[in-house]
Amino acid sequence: MYNFEFKSPSTIADAVAALAGEDAQALGGGQTLIPTMKQRLAAPATLVRLGGIPELKGVCVEDDGSIAIGAATTHATVAREVADKYPALADLAGHIGDPAVRNRGTIGGSLANNDPAACYPAAVLGSGAMVVTNSRQIAADDFFQGMFTTALDEGEIITSVRFPVPQAASYQKFLQPASRFALVGVFLARFADGVRVAVTGASEEGVFRWAEAEQALNKEFRPDALMDLRVNPMNMIGDLHGSKEYRAHLVGVMTRRAVQACI
Amino acid sequence: MPKDSGIGASSKRREDVRFLTGAGNYTDDINIRGQAYVYFLRSDIAHGRIKSIDTSAAEAMPGVVRVFTGKDFEGVSGMPCGWEVTDKHGAPMQEPPHPILAQGKVRHVGDPIAAVVADSLEQARDAAEAIDVDIEELPAVLDMKAAAEEGAPLVHDDLKNNICYDWQLGEADDDKVNEVFANAAHVTTLELVNNRLVANPMEPRVAVAEYSRGTDEYTLYTTSQNPHVIRLLMCAFVLGLPEHKVRVVAPDVGGGFGTKIFHYAEEAFCTFAAKACNRPVKWTASRSEAFMSDAQGRDHVSKIELALDADNNFVGLRTHTYANLGAYLSTFSSSVPTWLHGTLMAGNYKTPVIQVNVRAMFTNTVPVDAYRGAGRPEATYQLERVIDKAARELGVDPVALRRQNFITQFPYDTPVALTYDTGDYNGTMDKLEQAADFAGFPARRAESEARGKLRGLGVNCYIEACGIAPSNIVGMLGARAGLYDAATVRVNATGSISVMVGAHSHGQGHETAFPQVVADMIGIDESMVEIVHGDTSKIPFGMGTYGSRSLAVCGSAMVKATEKVIEKAKKIAAHLLEASEADIELKDGQFTVAGTDKSVAWGDVTLTAYVPHNFPLEVEPGLEETAFYDPANFTFPAGAYACEVEVDPETGQVTIERFTAADDFGNIINPMIVDGQVHGGIGQGIGQALLENCVYDENGQLLSASFMDYAMPRADDVPFYTVDHSSQTPCTHNPLGVKGCGEAGAIGSPPAVVNAVIDALQSGGKAVDHIDMPVSPSRVWAAMNS
Ligand SMILES: Cc1cc2nc3c(=O)[nH]c(=O)nc-3n(C[C@H](O)[C@H](O)[C@H](O)COP(=O)(O)OP(=O)(O)OC[C@H]3O[C@@H](n4cnc5c(N)ncnc54)[C@H](O)[C@@H]3O)c2cc1C
Repeated sequence: MYNFEFKSPSTIADAVAALAGEDAQALGGGQTLIPTMKQRLAAPATLVRLGGIPELKGVCVEDDGSIAIGAATTHATVAREVADKYPALADLAGHIGDPAVRNRGTIGGSLANNDPAACYPAAVLGSGAMVVTNSRQIAADDFFQGMFTTALDEGEIITSVRFPVPQAASYQKFLQPASRFALVGVFLARFADGVRVAVTGASEEGVFRWAEAEQALNKEFRPDALMDLRVNPMNMIGDLHGSKEYRAHLVGVMTRRAVQACI
Repeated sequence: MPKDSGIGASSKRREDVRFLTGAGNYTDDINIRGQAYVYFLRSDIAHGRIKSIDTSAAEAMPGVVRVFTGKDFEGVSGMPCGWEVTDKHGAPMQEPPHPILAQGKVRHVGDPIAAVVADSLEQARDAAEAIDVDIEELPAVLDMKAAAEEGAPLVHDDLKNNICYDWQLGEADDDKVNEVFANAAHVTTLELVNNRLVANPMEPRVAVAEYSRGTDEYTLYTTSQNPHVIRLLMCAFVLGLPEHKVRVVAPDVGGGFGTKIFHYAEEAFCTFAAKACNRPVKWTASRSEAFMSDAQGRDHVSKIELALDADNNFVGLRTHTYANLGAYLSTFSSSVPTWLHGTLMAGNYKTPVIQVNVRAMFTNTVPVDAYRGAGRPEATYQLERVIDKAARELGVDPVALRRQNFITQFPYDTPVALTYDTGDYNGTMDKLEQAADFAGFPARRAESEARGKLRGLGVNCYIEACGIAPSNIVGMLGARAGLYDAATVRVNATGSISVMVGAHSHGQGHETAFPQVVADMIGIDESMVEIVHGDTSKIPFGMGTYGSRSLAVCGSAMVKATEKVIEKAKKIAAHLLEASEADIELKDGQFTVAGTDKSVAWGDVTLTAYVPHNFPLEVEPGLEETAFYDPANFTFPAGAYACEVEVDPETGQVTIERFTAADDFGNIINPMIVDGQVHGGIGQGIGQALLENCVYDENGQLLSASFMDYAMPRADDVPFYTVDHSSQTPCTHNPLGVKGCGEAGAIGSPPAVVNAVIDALQSGGKAVDHIDMPVSPSRVWAAMNS
């Protein structure tokens, strides 16, 4: 690790100001950033800790029934606090990494990082959630822009995420055997106005919506409705844990299982 | 009735109190006043020619004590190989130099190019980044078959090719072997890969070295399974130091699994640098460094052919194996694919004609050496997979086929150089059938099928040669070391006992099991006996712990030394009791004159030994004896394992539902420790079979370079095991009748898992007869759908 300055502001405004400095970087739970710094692959001049900002923490239900989760809320807190409000989301948060990771890692950090195998991006995209930042609101469909790439501008921080609550939802995660991130993860949410299917772990382009599956399920909400659908293996990730074809196949299996779980 | 102390008792592991409460003392816990830190600059290129190294900027950095490169070691020998293998034409193996720091070329990702010694680790690391290295990249040699071809790029420019040796064991007459195969009623052929593994002990390697200008003495603290071996190799072969001036200490060691047997360049470097810098120096490997510098395991590519006659008797076996040795010869690397592998190809079967061919290759990868089982898992896997395949091809029960071919007469001379002293393979298989409930399998399969899952039962046998071994034999086979062990039993005045042993305990439980033996022999409480190990200044010259040898070899030395102690104590007791020595009996810690009620307690005799006021004049005072023990033969633990898996036909995911081990370890000192050893071994075997895989890309970059990509088995990957070791044929040639149990689980379990997966897939109508390990979901799915 290289030397760095450490700042721990207590307001969003102070954090944004601190992040305007040269090579300043936000620190969430540090579960991604700290290992990267230890390996000397990242060298921020200043780390701006978001965990000391009360406004960024906690879960609440908005007037419209949606759930707002502060960006600096840990996975463990989400798993606990949305268990009865949004069980599929709680289940997802409760199966990220191990207890140490869940007690430090945050939803904001996970989304800002947008690892192609991370779980939260699937929930956010699958739920059609709204990502709220210090300066604007970004719809999930606009937020994720490919592996490790998001709509966030330099120095912009996520402050909260607002999830509309579906009638039924399920997250099906097939584990990459070593990291236990998602080899393929499918978040399916069924709303009154339609079904959303978001897939993580599988694509070279990061999390994506499987439009054909959504259309088929909007017609007929049964696993069999997907039987003839295939995602194109071409754009899938192929690596030592699974070929492109295997991932494409798993997208189908996991989606059918998610439908089954919602019936 | 289970005993509650002594031999045969499940005494609780006393060392666990300190391990589980954070009171252990590991090498990284050792800090010496004024120590400097070492950081190795390692190659990120698999193969390249070093054109220049400029350290001037680094030397000027804050806190830097000194920067070393290969040039600093030009007068120093490289890392030695401890076993010379002779090839099939009688020529010695090709043995390239292995410098402490790279000279001329880098040969694998992780090869150390330079080392910085600085006041702090971060400063050393900063300085390492300022070293300017110019390396001309060369094509990486990776595929073993391609590496063997004429004109392939050379890992070592001074060798004639990349082949370390072409070795053969068993029937040398090719015509005779061909004839057996030509006349066979059935031949089963299988090509398979034994996947490369990274041992990954919980504790990475560490070395702390100190030099005293005042006394010209060195101390090296290191994570080793065998401190005397390290001292011998480092002093006599690398640095040229007198052994009596060097102390090597291996304190608590957090797991070894073979990869801490070897003498590593970092140990020699730190010892050298401590004097060169006149400061204690410390190096602690990061996990990333462990992945690219700890010797790795396995990595064989084999073709195996089994010939059967019309009655399904095995009549011939032939194997051709490419064994990857990596870029350099690690300490015992050359012996693993040969004498620890070829010799085991008979397995538990009376196959009359066997020919084993092994071609060992240099490649631009991390060196490969012994990893739990070392050669024996590779042999067992080939043999037990090909037998299973043969049974399926012939439509016969795999267990019946094995039973029919079992060796039943002992001693048995195999066609591949070993003499099995004892065993009862049918008896052990009987235990397995009971313990694994073969009879209930069809019902369990039906239940799985009702849930849409495929269920399979895989069975296999194993035999291993442990207790390595008689020195005269291994010497003939090329070992450059003796393989005896030693123990000193020091009785203290008040009767407690310190036993200094050559074996090293790094998780095995010696501190509990060894005292059980000594206490039992004398009839005193176990708590009165303590093991001292891991420090060359305290222990006699023993060869350490590997090859499941500690109890069989070092334990035998300890028994002999204890016998000498008892013999002398009887002389003293006879004097005190005014009786003839021949009439003295020792029982429950009391010396009695046979047939009388005259007795004297152990403690009175030991006190007399050190306060010899009333003492036999012809006897020396004191009570301390040393014994060396060189075994007469290997020991041959053997067993039969059964694995039941469920396969999810949609995803290819394999889950292990049941795993049963029936082992014959001969006599057992502590059943609970033996269970634990088997559990751990099976865990590693399941890891190899389902999860672990060390993968290089086509440029020699290590893809599985961290736990994010190298899948270690976790608790929920393994089932609750059923372990039965009631089948016991005691070893015939060591005093305890013990055989060794440390590696069995890792040797016996991979074929059981793979056999079970194949059984499951075939039960589902899939025409799959082999999947290479790790049998990952994606591979199973691909096999099902190809
Ligand atoms: C062993 C292990 C297992 C894991 N398993 C999983 C898994 O199964 N599934 C999964 O999804 N994830 C997994 N993770 C990742 C984990 O969820 C991390 O917590 C997450 O990726 C990053 O969150 P963080 O709060 O730790 O962010 P940090 O590491 O602190 O930051 C990550 C990045 O986000 C930026 N950042 C942080 N907060 C904000 C913010 N509010 N606004 C803008 N930018 C911000 C940082 O500047 C940095 O660039 C695992 C991690 C580990 C170490």
